[in-house]
Amino acid sequence: MEPFTQHRGIAAPLLRINVDTDAIIPSREMKRVSKEGLSDGLFANWRYRDPRARTENPDFVLNQPPWRQASILLSGANFGCGSSREHAVWALKEFGFRALIAPSFGSIFEGNCVRNGILPVVLDEAVIGRLAAAEEANPGRVLHIDLESCRLTDAEGAMHAFDIAEQSRYLLLNGLDPIAATLAEDQHIQRFLDRDRRERPWVYELPSA
Amino acid sequence: MAASASAKTLFDRIWDLHVVKDDRSGSTMLAIDRVFLHERTGSIALKSLADQGRRVRAPQRVFCTMDHIVDTFPGRGDDTRMPGGREFITTTRAAARAAGIHLFDIGDPDQGIVHVVSPEQGIALPGLTLVCPDSHTGTVGGLGALGWGIGSSEAEHALATGTLVINRPRQMRVRFEGRLAYGVSAKDMILALIGAHGAGGAVGSVVEFAGSAVRNLGVEARMTLCNMAVEFGAFSGLVAPDDQVLDYLHGRPFAPQGRSWDRAVAHWRTLLTHPEARFDSEIIMDAGCIGPRVTWGTSPQHEIAIDEVIPDPAAEADLRRRQGMERALEYMGLKPGIPLLGQPIDAAFLGSCTNSRLSDLRAAAAVLKGRRVAPGIKAICVPGSSRVKRLAEQEGLDRIFTEAGFEWRESGCSMCFFAGGESFGSRQRVVTSTNRNFENRQGPSTRSHLASPVTVAASAVAGRIADVRQLAAAGQG
Ligand code: SF4
Repeated sequence: MEPFTQHRGIAAPLLRINVDTDAIIPSREMKRVSKEGLSDGLFANWRYRDPRARTENPDFVLNQPPWRQASILLSGANFGCGSSREHAVWALKEFGFRALIAPSFGSIFEGNCVRNGILPVVLDEAVIGRLAAAEEANPGRVLHIDLESCRLTDAEGAMHAFDIAEQSRYLLLNGLDPIAATLAEDQHIQRFLDRDRRERPWVYELPSA
Repeated sequence: MAASASAKTLFDRIWDLHVVKDDRSGSTMLAIDRVFLHERTGSIALKSLADQGRRVRAPQRVFCTMDHIVDTFPGRGDDTRMPGGREFITTTRAAARAAGIHLFDIGDPDQGIVHVVSPEQGIALPGLTLVCPDSHTGTVGGLGALGWGIGSSEAEHALATGTLVINRPRQMRVRFEGRLAYGVSAKDMILALIGAHGAGGAVGSVVEFAGSAVRNLGVEARMTLCNMAVEFGAFSGLVAPDDQVLDYLHGRPFAPQGRSWDRAVAHWRTLLTHPEARFDSEIIMDAGCIGPRVTWGTSPQHEIAIDEVIPDPAAEADLRRRQGMERALEYMGLKPGIPLLGQPIDAAFLGSCTNSRLSDLRAAAAVLKGRRVAPGIKAICVPGSSRVKRLAEQEGLDRIFTEAGFEWRESGCSMCFFAGGESFGSRQRVVTSTNRNFENRQGPSTRSHLASPVTVAASAVAGRIADVRQLAAAGQG
C-alpha cells in the first residue's frame, strides 16, 4: 500500500451530513466480484442526471472544474455511515481521493479508509465550513495535509491540527499491510489460544464443515 | 474507560477476555471467536485472501450464508434479478468450499439472513466476539454477544489471523424504564431513541441497553434493539444475557451441549454490568411514554410518533440539519405540518434482519388475521430464515399472510435494499419493517417509512399509514 505522509491537493466541498455509503456507491453499481472499476459509479445518483445513461448533472460538485481533479473531499458529519461496503472506499480511491475531511465518520468506513491508504481527517464543523466557503469563493485552492505532524494548512497558510488514532496513523505513514503486521506477532495469538481453549472450551468445540 | 477490576461493565468483561495483546499505540489485538460471511462481500474477502496465498486460520469457526442478493421468489435457484448476481453466488460457493467453511447455501433448510441465522443456530453465544462484513452484525448483542460490522479488508484480517486490531470504543448505557403500552415494540423504542438523540448520537460508543423495559423484552425483540444500534451511530449494542437467553439457546445446532453447556452457562452468568460500573454517557428513556413511531424522512432520526405532524425544517436552528430535513421532505414528497397518519401508501414490506423473526411474523399475523390488504397495495412478507419460514408455516402463519393478500417469499434480504434487481419503484411509498430509510435504499426514488411489524400490517390493511391501536379498537367495536 502506498504510504501517506504528506499530500497536496484540491478539496471539493460536499457539505451534506450523513452521506451514507449507498450514496457514495449505490448498490447496483457494485456489479462484479472485484475491487476495481468502481469510480464510474461514485456518487452515481448525484453525479448523473440519469445514472443508467451516465448523463452528467452539471450542478454536482465533482462535475465542475477544477473539482473534477479533487483529491480531498470536505463533507458533513457522519460521512460514510450506513452499509459496511468497502466498495465506497475503493470507489473514492479509484476516483483519486487521498484524504477526506469531515466532523465525524461512520466507524466501519473510517477503518476501511485507513486500510486502503485514504486519510480520514476529523476537523471541527465550523473550520470545515470556512474551508468550504473559501474553496467556493476561490475554486482550485490547494490544501496541504501533513500526517507526520497531524496538521492541515490551507491556501492562506492557516494551520489546523487534527487527531487520528495512533494505530491508523502508523499504518498509513508506513503503508503497512495489517495482516502481515499481525501475523508477525503469531506467538501472542498462539499463547492466547492455548490459554483460552482451556478456559472457554465451548468456543472451540464445533462440528467441522 | 479503564474500569477497576471489581466494577466492570458487561462490555469490559467481554473485551478483557479477548485481549490478545495491547499495543503501545493504544490499539488492541482482539481475538475473534466467529466470522460470518455472506455472498455480497464475503466472496470478495475469500477471493482476495486466496489471491494473496493466505489461508483461513480457523475454518470451523467461520460461517457463510447466501442472503443479500438471492432471489426470494418461490422455486428460486442461483439466478437472481440483480445484474451479475449469479457470479456472486457461484464465486461464494466455490470460495467457501475451498476454504472449508460451513455454508448455508440456497436450498439449505437453515439458509437465511446472516443476523437471523447466527443466533438461531447457536453460532452467536453470550460473551463471544463475532464479526461480519455487514453493518448490522451488532444484532447478536440481543444474546449478549459482542458483534460488529467490518469492511472486507478487515474480514480478510479476521479470517487470516483470528484477530482484529481495533481501538476500544467508549461506553454508553441506555436505560428504558417502565412498561411498554399496547401496540408498541422494540422497533418503536429504538426509533424513539434515535429520533431524540440523532443518528450519530452514539458514534464511537458501544451501547448497553438496560432497564426494566429491556429486561421484559423477549430475546428476539432485544435483537431488534441491537440491530438498530448502528443506526444510532454505535459501534455495537449489547443486552446482558439472562435465563431467557439460556432458554433460547439450549439445544440449538451449534450451541454447546452436555458438560460443555454447563460450563458455558456458569461463565455466561458472570456476564453482567457491576452496579457500580461507570459509563462514559448514559441516557434514560421513559418506555411507558413511547407510542408507535414512523419515519418521515431519509434518516432514521427523521421520525415521529404516529400521531404527530411532520416537523418544520424552518424551526431547526442547525443549518446542516435543516438542509437535511428539507432535502428529505423533497425526496419523500411530503410537507411539514401534515400528519403521517393517513398518508396513502403503495406497498408494505415485512422482513429484514430487524423484524423478520418468528415473533415479528406472529405479531403482524395477529393484526392481519381475518383482514385483507387494501386494494392496489403490494404487500410482501419475507421470513428472516428458511427455519423461521418453516416454523411459521407449521403454525399456519403463511395462510394468514396469503389470505390477507401478502406475498409469502423465500428467505433473504430481499427488498430491504436495492441491488439492481427487484424494487418497489420510483416514488412508491412503502411502510417497511427494515432499518434504513436512506435515499434509494429500497429502489431508485422509492420512499421508505420505517415502522414496526404491527404498524406495517395495520398500514397494509388500511392502504394508508395507520395506527394499530385504532385498528384494534375498530376491530373490537
Ligand atoms: S436484511 Fe437488510 S439490513 Fe439486514 S443484512 Fe440484509 S440487507 Fe442488510
